[in-house]
Amino acid sequence: MTKAENLYIIVIGCGRLGSFLANRLSNEGNSVVVIDVNSNAFNMLSADQFSGFKIEGDATELAVLKQAKIDKADVVIGATHDENVNIMTAQIARKKFNVAKVFVRILDPNKESFCKILGIESICLTSIAADKMIAALNENSNI
Amino acid sequence: MNILIIGGGKIAYFLAKAFFAKGYEVTIINRKKEECTILARQLKATIVFGDATNPQVLKDAQTSTMDAVLAITPNDEDNLVICQLARLNFGVEKTLAFVNDPDNEQVFQQLGVTIAFSTTRMISNLIEQRTGFEDIVNLFSIAEGKVNITEVVLTKDSPVLGKSLMETNLPENCLIACILRGNQPVIPRGATSLCCSDHLVLITMPQNHGQVLKMLTGSNI
Repeated sequence: MTKAENLYIIVIGCGRLGSFLANRLSNEGNSVVVIDVNSNAFNMLSADQFSGFKIEGDATELAVLKQAKIDKADVVIGATHDENVNIMTAQIARKKFNVAKVFVRILDPNKESFCKILGIESICLTSIAADKMIAALNENSNI
Repeated sequence: MNILIIGGGKIAYFLAKAFFAKGYEVTIINRKKEECTILARQLKATIVFGDATNPQVLKDAQTSTMDAVLAITPNDEDNLVICQLARLNFGVEKTLAFVNDPDNEQVFQQLGVTIAFSTTRMISNLIEQRTGFEDIVNLFSIAEGKVNITEVVLTKDSPVLGKSLMETNLPENCLIACILRGNQPVIPRGATSLCCSDHLVLITMPQNHGQVLKMLTGSNI
C-alpha cells in the first residue's frame, strides 16, 4: 500500500483484530485513536509500533465518540467483538459525522446484505474464512 | 394490532400484559432460554427464543406481520439494529427503541427509528417538572411509571382558557379525566370549556407528559 497521506483513524475495539490494525496503521505513520471499554485491552498495543491515543470508554456513548474527535476522522473501523456495536458506531460515524470511510467487522453472514442497505462496508470474517477454506478444498481436490 | 417486544424482565412482562388488556396480539423475543420458559408460562404471548439481531430469528417471529416493534433490551446497539432490521428487512413502520444514553434518542431517530426513549431523560424531566411548577402536582403514577396522573391548575396565562376540550388539540394518549371547578367536580366532554382556576386531573404518559403540560399551562418545560 502506498501511503499518499497521513490519515486520522479511529479504531473501535482493541481485541486481537483492533490492536493488530492499530499497531500496523500507527506504525505506517497514521494518527490512530483506539477506543475500548476495558483498559486492560490496551496491553495488546505494542510500544514499538503504536504511538497513537487510547480512550477507555463505551463507543456506543456519543460523548466517547466526540472525545475521540470523530468529526475530524478520515476513517472509522468498528472492530469490537460485538457486531451490533460496530454497526451502530459505523452509522453514527457515517451519517452524523460524515466520516469518509467506515467499515465494520461482522461475524454473521446474514448481516452482510443488511450492512449494504445501511450503506456501510462490512467485512464478514466468517464468509472470508469459509471462502478461503472452500477454495483450498477445491484446490486440493484438483490434485 | 400485532406487537413484537424484544427484551425481558418485568418491563416486557407488564407491557405484554398491558397490550393484552387492550386486545393486541403480542410476540416476545428473548435470548435467554430460562426467561422464555417463564414468560411462556405467565403470558398468552407467542414467545420466540433467540437473538433478535439475527434476521432469521426476526423472520421466525413473523416480524413482517407486525404493526409495531418495541426493542427494550439493555443494549442500545442491539435495540438500534433490531429496529433497523425490522424496518428495512421486514417493512415494519413503527419501531420503538429504549436507549441508555439520552444523546442516542436523537441519533436513533436520525437513523430511522420511529421513537427512541431514554428513562434517564424521562426521570430527569419528571424531577424538573415537579420542582419547577407550583401549579402542577404529580398525584401518582401507575404501571411502573408508564402512566402519570397529575393535577394541574389553570392560571390566567394558560393558552387554553375559554377553549373547549375539542379545540385544545391535545395529543393522543392523554386525557383530562376530571375538572374541579370551585368545589364542583365535572367529568368533561368534548364540548366542556376550560376556565381560569380549574383544577384538571390529567392522565398522561411519560412520552407526552411535558408536551401536554406545556399546551395547558403555556410554560416551557
